[in-house]
Amino acid sequence: MTGTGRLIRLILRRDRVLMPLWVVILGLVPAGYVASFEGLFPTAQDRLEYATVSGTNAGFVGLYGLIRGSSLGEIVAWRSGFLPIMVALFAALTVIRHTRADEEAGRTELVAAGAIGRHAQLAAALITTCAASLVLGLLLTAAMIGQDMPAEGSVLFGLELALSGCAFAAVGAVAAQLTASTRGARTIAVVTLGAAYALRVAGDVSAIGDGAVSWLSWLSPIGWATHIFPWGADDWWPVILLVLFVVLTAGLSAVLLTRRDFGGGLLPARLGPATSTMGTPLALAWRLHRGLLAGWTVGFALLGLVFGGVGGSVVDLVQENEKVGDVFARLGGADSLVDNYFAGIAGIVGLIASCYAVQAALRLRDEEQSGRAEPLLATAVPRYTWAGSHLLFSLLGPAVALLAEGLVSGLTYTDGDLGAILASTLVQLPAVWVLAALTVLLFGLVPRLSPAAWGAPALCLLILLVGQTLELDQWLLDISPFTHIPHLPGGAFSATPVITLLAVAAVLAALGLGGLRRRNIPD
Amino acid sequence: MTEAIDATGLIKRFGKVTALDGLDLHVRTGEVHGFLGPNGAGKTTTIRVLLGLMRHDGGSVRLLDGDPWAQATALHKRLAYVPGDVTLWPNLTGGEVIDLLGRLRGGLDPRRRAQLLERFELDPRKKGRTYSKGNRQKVALVAALASDVELLILDEPTSGLDPLMEEAFSEVILEEKRRGDRTVLLSSHILAEVEKLCDRLTIIRDGRTVETGTLTDLRHLTRTSIQADLAGPPDGLSALAGVHDFKIDNGRVRFDVDTDALEPALRTLVQVGVKSLVSQPPSLEELFLRQYSRSGS
Repeated sequence: MTGTGRLIRLILRRDRVLMPLWVVILGLVPAGYVASFEGLFPTAQDRLEYATVSGTNAGFVGLYGLIRGSSLGEIVAWRSGFLPIMVALFAALTVIRHTRADEEAGRTELVAAGAIGRHAQLAAALITTCAASLVLGLLLTAAMIGQDMPAEGSVLFGLELALSGCAFAAVGAVAAQLTASTRGARTIAVVTLGAAYALRVAGDVSAIGDGAVSWLSWLSPIGWATHIFPWGADDWWPVILLVLFVVLTAGLSAVLLTRRDFGGGLLPARLGPATSTMGTPLALAWRLHRGLLAGWTVGFALLGLVFGGVGGSVVDLVQENEKVGDVFARLGGADSLVDNYFAGIAGIVGLIASCYAVQAALRLRDEEQSGRAEPLLATAVPRYTWAGSHLLFSLLGPAVALLAEGLVSGLTYTDGDLGAILASTLVQLPAVWVLAALTVLLFGLVPRLSPAAWGAPALCLLILLVGQTLELDQWLLDISPFTHIPHLPGGAFSATPVITLLAVAAVLAALGLGGLRRRNIPD
Repeated sequence: MTEAIDATGLIKRFGKVTALDGLDLHVRTGEVHGFLGPNGAGKTTTIRVLLGLMRHDGGSVRLLDGDPWAQATALHKRLAYVPGDVTLWPNLTGGEVIDLLGRLRGGLDPRRRAQLLERFELDPRKKGRTYSKGNRQKVALVAALASDVELLILDEPTSGLDPLMEEAFSEVILEEKRRGDRTVLLSSHILAEVEKLCDRLTIIRDGRTVETGTLTDLRHLTRTSIQADLAGPPDGLSALAGVHDFKIDNGRVRFDVDTDALEPALRTLVQVGVKSLVSQPPSLEELFLRQYSRSGS
């Protein structure tokens, strides 16, 4: 353990931007819910209706968990039911980033050769991440007490998020010992988190039905966290379970560490084929993109399941509460509330798909910077063909993902028109492609600024979230290509903006590819 | 075609930094050409210009009788390249990368591939992320050497290999040389490797060519070290052209002398009267060190 303190300082130095960002943002998001739910549901009757509708809808229960009471605190805690997953995800990835990723990159070797104990790096990563989670919880508790919420519930709410983070920091630590590859460790941690979430969903959804498998929630650390029910049951049992889980899992990771070689993993590295029939850049691009494509498509299908499932109770909810209706009405402008709901969802889903488009297009830059593009471009592969093979996945990948979301959501929401919901999702593609093309433009003309492409979906999201609430000028709203997408279902389809967006995308991509043809590689 | 690579007065700038400053590189068809220079001298930049990955800002360059920038794709079918720092796709096996690169160049000899895998003791079933630096380099080497191409461009190909594998690499290159149907441009730091393998070599520093020629030519450029006890004062010796690092101590002189100036220097010594004389033969090593360390002029 010698040197742990110094390594903690190193981690804090390296994460000085990222860590405060997720700690503060995730810690303060629920603080905003208090005022907004107070405004939306001023009377106890309003809250009771909202809680009853939400608590009996499988889609909502799946997404956020069970809701037992209807006090303001319980509604806020319930609505924050997805945050434990986010905190857990950040915590697990942070621990892996400072253990296995460093080890694979060879940075650990530099450090390990110094006067540093065998467990120091693991301990430093765990301590820092758990401390960050606890700070997050503390911020949340303080913000809640600051808004005159009862103290015990506020403390438990803080603990719910903090311990979710600690639990999956420990899971990340175990995952980091199992495989020699960072990617493998991340996959193990994320799949474990997904399984924990799925168990909670299955158990909770069962609980509002016949309750046959409601015990499944108790197999999942995420289930324990959400079953604290702050301000309702105010249950301390799950807290004790979580603390035990953190101690045992962190201990397990320390034991596993002593059982493996430096740089190695406990699971043997698998051998692959000795030959290959790959012979084109496209075949290679498929190998490099297929995992990403599968992940996004499955994720989008799950989104479709949730959004389609929630669709049914949107009708009930808005019929009973005018103010919620206003919220959905603000997302669009047409008549039917359900149409508005699906139009609003389509815009959000389109935005998420554009993140995939940017990520896939940025693979080009990754290939260039890692040095893998160089030997490839020294073969008879023209630059256009190489760039085109990745661009294809950046354009068609989001199309496949959106198709999956539209199909699943249309099939889940049985009262709707499948074709209309599917169309509302797919009509987002021209805007998604504009952002993909913008990434290619940066990559071709100013390669060093390529990561700035992430700013585009962020800006579009900001415009979508606050644009109409703040009544921004139309020209500001027009910056986002999503502003120009026809509002479907319900709105009128107009070909002009769609064709214009496609033309903009084509021009941006062409300029980017032209720049790529003329520039140095690597630059 | 007598020159596989013909670069004259090559200039390449990155912003305000001039990486190549009038570099000359002439590689004859069928020869193994050593390409030497200290770190940062511009070897990799030159190779990237030759591969059409970077465009030169001045001078002229021809590769296999073509323009490496404008005809990159067509020329690349006829050459194979091994970068100095090989990175592989983490989830592709070595064998998959070898086949892919070979096919993208336009063909791979499966028998040769199998032979090379055996000689380099490389397991092609391992994933890219699990290979060491040396093994990643072997993957790129096997892919290049098994390809059916006229020109091999190898950027410090042995920098990660252990001595046994270095030996295997040398043998393979010597076989290539005996067959004589391929041109090899071999950038290297290792003198012994260059001496063993190369017909001619080019030394660059600060983006400029400082020496080029056969090993014999270059030996000619080296200096002989002389130490002599003299009968009298060595008048005028220190001022003689080609005499360097002249020192005198109690009638004993030490100096280095260029091969061209050896005769006049010895004549001067004889005139003064020589009581004893030790001479050390020229060594390439010294030439290298001198070229490497001489500060940019």
